[in-house]
Amino acid sequence: MASDLMSALADLKEEEAIKIVRGRLSAGDDPLKILDDARRGLEIVGERFAASEYFIPDLLYSGEILKEITAEVKPKLSTGPAAKKVGKVVFGTVAGDIHDIGKDIVVFMLDVNGFEVYDLGVDVPAQSFVEKIRETGSGIVGLSGFLTLAFDSMRQTVQAIKDAGLRDKVKIMVGGGQIDEQVRGFAGADAFGKDAMDAVKLAKSWIGG
Amino acid sequence: MEKKWAEMTPIERRDARFETWMSAPGVQFRNAEAEAKYKAATKRFRDIVEMKKVPDRVPVLPFGIFMQPHLYGITPYEAMYDPDKMLGSQLRFIQEYQPDYYVTPALVGYGKVFDILDYKQYKLPGHGISEKSVYQYMEGEYMLADEYPALIQDPTDFWLRTLMPRAYGALDPLKMIAPFTDMWEVVTVTTQMIPFGIPPVQSALKALLDAGNEAMGWIQKVMGFEMQARGLGYPGCFGGATKAPFDLLGDTLRGTRATMLDLYRQPKMVLKAVERLTPLAISQGVRGATMQGCPVVFIPLHKGADGFMSDKQFREFYWPTLKAVILGLAEEGCVPFLFCEGSYNTRLQHVAELPDASCMWVFDRTDMKKVKDTIGKKLCIGGNVPSGLLLTGTPQDIKACCKELIDVAGKGGGYLMCTGTAMDEGKADTVHAMVDFTKEYGVYK
Repeated sequence: MASDLMSALADLKEEEAIKIVRGRLSAGDDPLKILDDARRGLEIVGERFAASEYFIPDLLYSGEILKEITAEVKPKLSTGPAAKKVGKVVFGTVAGDIHDIGKDIVVFMLDVNGFEVYDLGVDVPAQSFVEKIRETGSGIVGLSGFLTLAFDSMRQTVQAIKDAGLRDKVKIMVGGGQIDEQVRGFAGADAFGKDAMDAVKLAKSWIGG
Repeated sequence: MEKKWAEMTPIERRDARFETWMSAPGVQFRNAEAEAKYKAATKRFRDIVEMKKVPDRVPVLPFGIFMQPHLYGITPYEAMYDPDKMLGSQLRFIQEYQPDYYVTPALVGYGKVFDILDYKQYKLPGHGISEKSVYQYMEGEYMLADEYPALIQDPTDFWLRTLMPRAYGALDPLKMIAPFTDMWEVVTVTTQMIPFGIPPVQSALKALLDAGNEAMGWIQKVMGFEMQARGLGYPGCFGGATKAPFDLLGDTLRGTRATMLDLYRQPKMVLKAVERLTPLAISQGVRGATMQGCPVVFIPLHKGADGFMSDKQFREFYWPTLKAVILGLAEEGCVPFLFCEGSYNTRLQHVAELPDASCMWVFDRTDMKKVKDTIGKKLCIGGNVPSGLLLTGTPQDIKACCKELIDVAGKGGGYLMCTGTAMDEGKADTVHAMVDFTKEYGVYK
């Protein structure tokens, strides 16, 4: 039964997944276990995305199914799920840019892969990144941007992190839209990722995983 | 006697459209040199599209929207709200940088028009984003999940009474009017008029009138620039514009997220909708090309880029109707200019299905050797000058990049040197290098 939910989610079978969840809840199954199976299903989605079997629509759809499962399970939940996190990442779309689809996908993939992600949203001022790094002690920072004006914002954000004396405490990745290796150098970031898989690989390598 | 349009073959139609463009109707050339320059630039473009002969050299188009104003210190806000300032920078740009073509400043749009209409699908500079930011799309479901049948039944009515009220605050009252197909013969005319007596509907109509007045003043200025540019020897490179039907659905109507979910939840509706929008997309492109007297139809592609959807989904949902738009435009003698921002490596196999010399594909972050080998022998290709290099690199970097492009993609003709994206910003030395180097090294011997 447990594996059913995992594969229903992994295979993006929305109705089947919800049916299984409802069945297990009414049978008195542990809600945390249900969520854990769903999480494992999402891991498979992430693996398939990394293997280019799944694409953006599949990721968005799996996220949508998870949202529904969580809504079903939540009322029965007494304590929050305490999954072990492998590392912390501060993430956001840089100042001046309000694009969020790419950012959300990377945040989702990092989350599925066990990272605690602090998503600062879009049009994030450099100082907000600095404050969040200080507050959380995150060792990884992700700067997203779709427009060319993000080039300067990324550079300014990296500079602000440097000015705050935090540059040697964090690894910084950049990505999105028109970002490439050239822009990484310009911004002074540590790495450029062309997609969400790259972001996960980079983050894992930086925590030594 | 000249052949009637209906009797002409697609190639004859295209020839006629090219002739119109090359003859520059109504243009007062400043001097013989300007006229020769205009003729040479249009001929060069025609040569790369037709692929029958090698042009004199690689044509070069630094494709910018807010780049030209930016190069002269004009913010996107000023560009959208001060047309005189914006157009002044466009004129300086072509004279100083001397590209082969100008990109119509109409792509910038007029801030006052958007303000009057209370446009909600984009954030404009100085409105919730910095005056230095360019306009940015606001993701949203401007069409709801259960509205496919209404869209499919009557797209124009859907636009008028559902999409426009949602996307433009000032047009919200248009949802109170009745479909115009209700208006037939004497017995329904009077009742049809009733909603137009309601004050909110009248205020929506007033907003349209006001926006129309502003747009009229603005287009006169824009056309003034365009005629002046042509007179100086610079042809405009776009006639019309249109979109891939899937992008109309994914950008304009349902938004990215909702459309992607629809691929699973209501795939048949998605297919019906894009099919329904196809003839409308063709018609828009053809009308623009005819009105502007230029065969080239700009088609910015969005959701079909690498990684966005699987190849299977691309083949099923994106490609058939885009292909139909391309073929429909070519049938009318237009030249579809497919602008592929983001990489397109995995889609080239489908592009290769298109008839020889039927359209042109301008790329960004795509493997241009692969492009040349797969489609470059039969279709005009272009692009791939990266924005990152242009904005953060040196003139030497750009020269090396353009050299590689000319050597690989430009071999034997059929190539347009072009930026991979519509530039919002510029850097003087690299943009100069792109144009100057192409003019020097891109000469075919």
